[in-house]
Amino acid sequence: MSDTWFTAPPDWLLYIVPYFFVGGIAGGSYFLAAVLHWLGRPEDRPVVRIGYIVAAIGAILSGLLLIVDLGRPLRFWHMLLQSERFPLPILKPWSPMSIGSWALFLFGVIATLSAIGVLADERRIRYHGLRVLYDSLAGRVLALFGAAAGFFIAGYTGVLLSVTNRPIWADTEFLGVLFLVSAASTAAALLILLALWRVEADVRGSTVRWLAWFDGWALLLELVVLAFFVISLGSVASVWLSWRGLLLLIVLVFGILVPLVLHFRPVWIAERWRSRPLFTGAVLVLAGGFLLRLVALLASETIHGPHAGIQGAQSLLWP
Amino acid sequence: MAAYAPLPILGQDTAAATTAPTYYYGGPEAQPMGFFTDTTICIGCKACEVACKNWNQLPARDGGVGEMSGDSYDNTRRLDGLHWRHVKFVEQFPEEYNGRWLMMSDVCKHCVQAGCLEVCPTGAIIRTEFDTVVIQSDVCNGCRACIAACPFGVIDMNPASGTAQKCTMCYDRISVGLEPACSKACPTDSIQFGTVEDLRERAAQRVEQLRADGVTDAYLYGADADGPLGGLNAFFLLVDEPEVYGLPRNPQMPSRNLIDSAALSTAGAVALGALAAIGLRKQRMDRFAAEEDDVPPPPPDLAP
Repeated sequence: MSDTWFTAPPDWLLYIVPYFFVGGIAGGSYFLAAVLHWLGRPEDRPVVRIGYIVAAIGAILSGLLLIVDLGRPLRFWHMLLQSERFPLPILKPWSPMSIGSWALFLFGVIATLSAIGVLADERRIRYHGLRVLYDSLAGRVLALFGAAAGFFIAGYTGVLLSVTNRPIWADTEFLGVLFLVSAASTAAALLILLALWRVEADVRGSTVRWLAWFDGWALLLELVVLAFFVISLGSVASVWLSWRGLLLLIVLVFGILVPLVLHFRPVWIAERWRSRPLFTGAVLVLAGGFLLRLVALLASETIHGPHAGIQGAQSLLWP
Repeated sequence: MAAYAPLPILGQDTAAATTAPTYYYGGPEAQPMGFFTDTTICIGCKACEVACKNWNQLPARDGGVGEMSGDSYDNTRRLDGLHWRHVKFVEQFPEEYNGRWLMMSDVCKHCVQAGCLEVCPTGAIIRTEFDTVVIQSDVCNGCRACIAACPFGVIDMNPASGTAQKCTMCYDRISVGLEPACSKACPTDSIQFGTVEDLRERAAQRVEQLRADGVTDAYLYGADADGPLGGLNAFFLLVDEPEVYGLPRNPQMPSRNLIDSAALSTAGAVALGALAAIGLRKQRMDRFAAEEDDVPPPPPDLAP
């Protein structure tokens, strides 16, 4: 019996599942936008701009979700500053929640600055000079830091779950990388949808193809990591022999396998079913990404603690 | 500075009890303090639960509306934000008239290496001068990281305060020389309070005594300073496997997964970064090849 079986669930569900989803998309969007910003062509710029704005909105939304999740929301600043020795900062690098709070704060600042630069560049805000935050060497350097922080936000959530003593979460080291890869994939999917919606067809072509290509490979990587995740659980993997396994199967089939086919064989699909493979694939990836986080959290949250341990141990030792 | 000398117990050598060491509380002489819970003499009266709730002014659950567990004589069920002491009833009845009860007054273990203290992002959880672990309710913001980190499932939210709460080993009492409410109220001395050093000595003697009397299964859980989590300042004398009492056999620190988990995530980030760059590079090469071969560009995308 795993030693994680004797612990209590922290009730990270209502606001934390959306946070993991939105935070992952925000981090992934910034990363993809930064890659296109540095290595892309002028035709990629509309998607770069969309990526930075999605990241800023996502980061702000993430902060709000985390604040309302607290038992004492008005004390949210205790995550960053020492309440007893104000204004000294508090940072515990070995605590994922502590370092994650700082990372989200920094990422939020960077993503917001980049988004302000984009809005200034598009003359949507009055101070045109602020476009240097986006369209300059400084803007691109900012993007480098933002991409690193974005990836941190996308991945630390899974690491945070593993740095507990809860069943499933603490029984594997693969949750961080699983959430990271899923974040990149869901971000690419959202950018595909937004590009189809907001960018002219003759401009978006190569960018959307790159996003779909990247999403396909990210999904393939996610498939591999998901397999390692399940295998790494050892005896705890038996929890999947329940409704939890059914949900995971839905993620596997509709969130990963079907979009994989849609991304890698779009012409084949389009010819046979007259469907919109890019659009359908992206929607499925987003739904699958949300469900993955829901399953990962719900599967452990529904295992309740020491009492379950007694019952489990009794059936084990007193057959 | 307050001092406390344990009262003599009936049946014990009075001379030995009166010459017992005097414990000093607070200040530079503060020593690691703890609980030794001898489960073999717990009678399940729950006086400790009541005394704890009384002293710490913990409200009743659900406004005092009693809810029966339905499958046990224990209706408290578990430690939570409103119950910092809980007498576990382990009801072992493999047959109708063949079984036994094991009673164990459970509490925060005040681990020497505490997982809750390690992960707490606000610094609300501190180690006191008595080597106990205390949550400062005025600093805690209710993030619940400690709940998931505790290897024993001890911590929970107190709905009245909106913060995570657990046993403080009556910090307010022991810092003025009083004994914690639970051990004070325990009628059988199943819960004993004192310096960890002294308690370990007493516990070892008790195990020897029980084994000499034929209770060969008796052993100490958490008393070993070289054991898991550097030892538990609140440790137990048990007579069955730890799992039977709802205790993990090998409790661990949450940070055991930190390095591996972070390294794998970093590797994933590098892989995705390389993938993104390779994709753009490939697209560029395809474009050059198409221009050289004078092939028309592919359709923009397959969307409508």
